[in-house]
Amino acid sequence: MTVQSAIRRRGPLERTLAAHSWLVYLFFYAPIIVLVVFSFNEGRQVSIWQGTSLRWYRQMLEDTALLTALRNSLIVAVASTLVATALGTATALAMERFRFRGQRVYDGLLYLPIIVPEVTLAAMMLVFFIQAFDYIGRITGSVPNLSLTTIILSHICFNISFVTVVVRARLAGLDPGLEEAAADLYASRWKAFRRVTLPLILPGVVGGALLAFTMSLDDVVTTSFVSGPGSTTLPVYVFGMVKKGVTPVINAVSALMLLASMTLVFSSLLVQRGGSARARKRKKERKA
Amino acid sequence: MARRSKAALETATAVTPELEQGATRAESRRGFLLALPGYAYLVIFFAVPMLIIFVYSFGTRSATGKTILGDWNLESYRRLFDDFVLGVMWRSLWLALATTVICLAISYPFAYYIATRGPRLRGLLMVLVMIPFWTNFLVRTYAWRLILGRNGPLAAVLSFVGVDQPRLLFTNTAILIGLVYGHLPFMVLPLYASIERLDWSLVEAARDLYANGWKAFRKVTLPLSMPGVVGGTILTFIPSFGAYIEPELLGGAQTMMLGSFIENQYYAVSDWPFGSALSFVIMALMLAGTILYFRRGGRTV
Repeated sequence: MTVQSAIRRRGPLERTLAAHSWLVYLFFYAPIIVLVVFSFNEGRQVSIWQGTSLRWYRQMLEDTALLTALRNSLIVAVASTLVATALGTATALAMERFRFRGQRVYDGLLYLPIIVPEVTLAAMMLVFFIQAFDYIGRITGSVPNLSLTTIILSHICFNISFVTVVVRARLAGLDPGLEEAAADLYASRWKAFRRVTLPLILPGVVGGALLAFTMSLDDVVTTSFVSGPGSTTLPVYVFGMVKKGVTPVINAVSALMLLASMTLVFSSLLVQRGGSARARKRKKERKA
Repeated sequence: MARRSKAALETATAVTPELEQGATRAESRRGFLLALPGYAYLVIFFAVPMLIIFVYSFGTRSATGKTILGDWNLESYRRLFDDFVLGVMWRSLWLALATTVICLAISYPFAYYIATRGPRLRGLLMVLVMIPFWTNFLVRTYAWRLILGRNGPLAAVLSFVGVDQPRLLFTNTAILIGLVYGHLPFMVLPLYASIERLDWSLVEAARDLYANGWKAFRKVTLPLSMPGVVGGTILTFIPSFGAYIEPELLGGAQTMMLGSFIENQYYAVSDWPFGSALSFVIMALMLAGTILYFRRGGRTV
C-alpha cells in the first residue's frame, strides 16, 4: 500500500483526526460502560453510585414474567432466523445466478422492509393480521389471537431482506467460474451447489443468520404491535418497564442483554474471519 | 451458470434457435422457482399488508374506535394538514435532518482516519465500530437516560468542572443525542467503505500538480467518496425520521415525533384510518425521496 504518503506527512491535521476518532470511540462506548457499572450499584437510585452489589441480578432472576419474556424472545428469534435464512439464501442465489421474469419487481420488494420506517411496518402487520383474523373468524367461526406466531411471521418478513442482502454480497464477490468448472466436470446441479457453492457462501449465510437473529432479538416496535396477551418478548418487556418507571433491575437486565449481543458479535466475527482466513490460505496454496 | 449453458450450446453442433430458447426458458423457470418461496412470502406478508393499509386510509373511524370500511372518503388525508400534525411532521423532519448533518460531520473525519490506517489496524478499528452497532439498540438508548438524568454521571462530571447541567432529559436535545448515537454507525460504515476503496494515486497526482491539501480533498477525495455520503445519508435520515424508541425514552410530552404519533393512532386513540393514511404517505415520501436521491447522488453505493 503506497497509500498514505500524501496524507501522513501533515502532522497537526493527523493529530486532530486521531483525537477526534478517540472521542468518537468514547461516545460509542460510554453508555455501554455506564450501564454495566450501574448494574452493580447497591442503591435504589438508578444513577447515583452507592456501593457494589449483585442485588438487582438476584431480583431479576426472581422475576418470572421476565424469564417468560426471555424464553419467548429466544423462540421467536430461532424460528424466524431459521425460516428467513432458508428463504433468504434461496432468494440470493436466484437473484445473483439466474435471470427470470419478475426479477426487477422482486428486487425492489426485497429492499422495502428495510427502507420502510419501523412503525409503518408494524402498523401494516397489525392491520393485516386483524383483517386476516376477521376473515378466518367468519369462515371457521373462531377468531385467532395475536400470539408468538404473529410475531414470528412479522420478523421473518424483515429478516428475509437482511439475509438476502448479506448472502448476495458474498455471492457477488465469488467467481462464478468455480461453479462452471464443477458443472464442466459433470457434477450435477445439486452436487455443484453442495460441494462448491454452499461451502463458499457459508460465511455469508452464517453472517446473515446472525444478523437476522440479532435483529429479531432487538426488535421492539414491530413486536409490540403484533404481540398478544402472554406473548411479550424481552425487549418489549424491558421497554414497558422503562416507560413505567425506572428500577435498577432494568440495569441488570440491560447489562445481560449487552453481554448476549456481544457474544453474538464475536461469534459472527470469528465465523467471518474463519472464512476469509481459509480463503487466504487457499490463495497462498494456489500461488505455491 | 446461465452463461455456461449458453456457452455449451454454442459449441454444440446443430444449435437451433428453438433449442436455445428452450434452454433459456428452463433456466429462467429454475431461477423463478428458487426465488418463489421468499417472493411469495413478501407478497403475502408485505405487499398485501401495504395494500390493506392503503384501503384502510379511506375508511372511517366509528364513535367506538372501530374502523368502518365502506363509505370511503378522504377525511384522513385532509387531516394530514392540521396544524398539530404538521407540527409533529416538522419536528420529525428537522430532528432527522439535524441528526443526519451531525452524523455526517462526525463520521467523515472518523471514517477517513480509520480508512487511512494500515490494513491490520483498520480491521480492528472497524470491529470496534461494529460492536456497539450490533448490541441491543433499546438498551443503548436507555443508557442515555441514565447518563443525561438530573443526578447522572454527566451532571457529576459537569459539576466537578463547575458547570451546572441544564435540564437535558425529555427535551429535543436529548432526542437528538439519542438519534445521533443510534445512527452514527449507519453513517460510518458506507463512508468507510467508499473512502477505503479510494484510489489514492489520484490524490497524490493532485498534490503533485501543486493542489494544496484542502483543494486535493475538495476536488478529488470528496467527489470520489460521494457514494458513501449518499448511502450514509439515506441510512441515517430514513430511520431517524420514523424513530420511535429514542423520542419515547428520551423525549417528553412536548417533543412528539411521527413514530409515536402513528403509534398513538393505533392504540391510544384507535383511529386506524388516520394512522394508515399517515403510514402510507410517509412510506410513499420516503420511497420517492430515496429513489430521487440515489438518481442524483451517484449510482454505486
